[in-house]
Amino acid sequence: MAELRALVAVKRVIDFAVKIRVKPDKTGVVTDGVKHSMNPFCEIAVEEAVRLKEKKLVKEVIAVSCGPSQCQETLRTALAMGADRGIHVEVPAAEAERLGPLQVARVLAKLAEKEKVGLVLLGKQAIDDDCNQTGQMTAGFLDWPQGTFASQLTLEGDKVKVEREVDGGLETVRLKMPAVVTADLRLNEPRKPRRRRSRCSRPGTWAWT
Amino acid sequence: MASLLRATATWGHFPWRGYCSRIKQGKLGEDFVQALRAVVGSPHVSTAAAVLQQHGHDESMHRCQPPDAVVWPQNVEQVSRLAALCYGHGVPIIPFGTGTGLEGGVCAVQGGVCFNLTHMDRILALNPEDFSVVVEPGVTRKALNTHLRGTGLWFPVDPGADASLCGMAATGASGTNAVRYGTIRDNVLNLEVVLPGGQLLHTAGRGRHYRKSAAGYNLTGLFVGSEGTLGLITAATLRLHPAPEATVAATCAFPSVQAAVDSTVHILQAAVPVARIEFLDEVMMDACIRYSKLDCSVAPTLFLEFHGSQQALVEQVQRTEEITQANGAFHFSWAKEAEERSQLWAARHNAWYAALALRPGCKGYATDVCVPISRLPEILVQTKEDLKASGLTGTIVGHVGDGNFHCILLVDPEDTEELGRLEAFACQLGRRALALHGTCTGEHGIGLGKRQLLQEEVGAVGIETMRQLKAMLDPRGLMNPGKVL
Repeated sequence: MAELRALVAVKRVIDFAVKIRVKPDKTGVVTDGVKHSMNPFCEIAVEEAVRLKEKKLVKEVIAVSCGPSQCQETLRTALAMGADRGIHVEVPAAEAERLGPLQVARVLAKLAEKEKVGLVLLGKQAIDDDCNQTGQMTAGFLDWPQGTFASQLTLEGDKVKVEREVDGGLETVRLKMPAVVTADLRLNEPRKPRRRRSRCSRPGTWAWT
Repeated sequence: MASLLRATATWGHFPWRGYCSRIKQGKLGEDFVQALRAVVGSPHVSTAAAVLQQHGHDESMHRCQPPDAVVWPQNVEQVSRLAALCYGHGVPIIPFGTGTGLEGGVCAVQGGVCFNLTHMDRILALNPEDFSVVVEPGVTRKALNTHLRGTGLWFPVDPGADASLCGMAATGASGTNAVRYGTIRDNVLNLEVVLPGGQLLHTAGRGRHYRKSAAGYNLTGLFVGSEGTLGLITAATLRLHPAPEATVAATCAFPSVQAAVDSTVHILQAAVPVARIEFLDEVMMDACIRYSKLDCSVAPTLFLEFHGSQQALVEQVQRTEEITQANGAFHFSWAKEAEERSQLWAARHNAWYAALALRPGCKGYATDVCVPISRLPEILVQTKEDLKASGLTGTIVGHVGDGNFHCILLVDPEDTEELGRLEAFACQLGRRALALHGTCTGEHGIGLGKRQLLQEEVGAVGIETMRQLKAMLDPRGLMNPGKVL
């Protein structure tokens, strides 16, 4: 399992602490000049991937984000938390408004195959749209097993044991890898990213597609 | 809400010497209230009884003394105009932040207008490369750290409550991290203060956020800890620190209080840069174990936290383990993952509620003395003996790294005899600390209840100097009357 690579998808959203204001023309919410940060569930996914790497169960953690150029900030946060590489799938700002789970899932599926990863980790949902679809759709496109709403994740040989939080309580599933897992709140408590500017020679390469 | 209304009728007040009773019982004139409305707008002025009650007390045992009106200024210009208005009419001014104080600092002993500053809640300027940030009074400690979480910086002063940062500056707050990162006094670079007459003062100069200076008198230091008696703090420039790379929390049980405190002294003398070192006595541990369902032994315990790089942590933990074992410690355990650490520290932070749960229906009072570390074993042992002698129910929890500890005493607010014993105990403890070259309050402030002890602590010349400063800045004595002096 030291050959296992993990792909973590992170989304840039309006910071959870910001008071959302509707635009005067009612076409959406105000995003200009508003603080954005990584989706909290994506932070949990990154933290889990980094912990697996620290336990030497995963060889490389690749973070990916789809959207306008500001997504690089979100990727930098993922790198500061311990991810090895960041991939920014650049989507111009005008089109980014119409970017939804279906499109992102297609991108993630393609990247997962291209990067030959064994585990795709995502947050269970984004706090701006609450869709809770991207992970499931990605698994669908890849035809990989999925363990969603994970509150515990354990690697067992070539399988991943996922304890899921479901309406009736907890459910445990064993998935044969490669697999897709989406992170729920109680999976872990993410670390604060290290001060990025003082990092000297971390291999933070960028790939534009 | 019902308990608040009941509180005014049933809580006896502390017969501390020098305690001010309400001098002016009258309400404010209608045209004065209209003038307040003209400055901030009708929605931001209230004279409703429930609102006044809410603003007349904090988290302490001092009885609720509501103001005559509450205003919510939206910006510093309004604060300035309101202050000038009140001062001109001889109406007392009481600043209010989150109401989480522990010494009755917001009780309106002479009535007046309460300035609730929480609507001013912007983070005005963040300078990550300079490690500084400017915040308004409505920004709380947790809100700031949440805002900073992506920058690799944090604000370490952690008094437990999610208090307003400007309020923390006003009361000279400290917390569990002070042993390594300092108290609020060491972390305030500049303050924007509205003086009683309405003038705006920048204690270190407008917009300045240098790390050090030798320019003129230290006005910032004057206002930190002034508890709203010299002016209203409307913005604070704070020093930020780099967030630690890794953190490890540890607990360690000891056979005796002496052993635990000796260990603390040795750990500090060995220059281990411990970030938090907290002491809980066996009564407190028993309460915490029951309340938070911890898996620990009922014995005097140290809770420690270490910050640093991975290698540094290994060394720090190893050193500490050696020292504690040399002092007879048993059961040294540590937690690395964030969830386990949170659980451990939540149990420590819930100490207050755990103590209250020991005697349901009672109110809590926390003493706050601070002595030189070398005298800590002595005073802790003495305090435990005094506790037994007085027959009060109390637990001890403390920031032993600073020589500061809290005795959480549980009393029935209806039992005047017990309240009397509480007052005697607290006074005696304060005097013991003073006798050991310490202070009667390490972090909670003087507020209403410790004014006599302040006089004994700083002496006649000290008090006279403070009175002269107060008279110079607030000649009419309208800024938060009845507190500190």
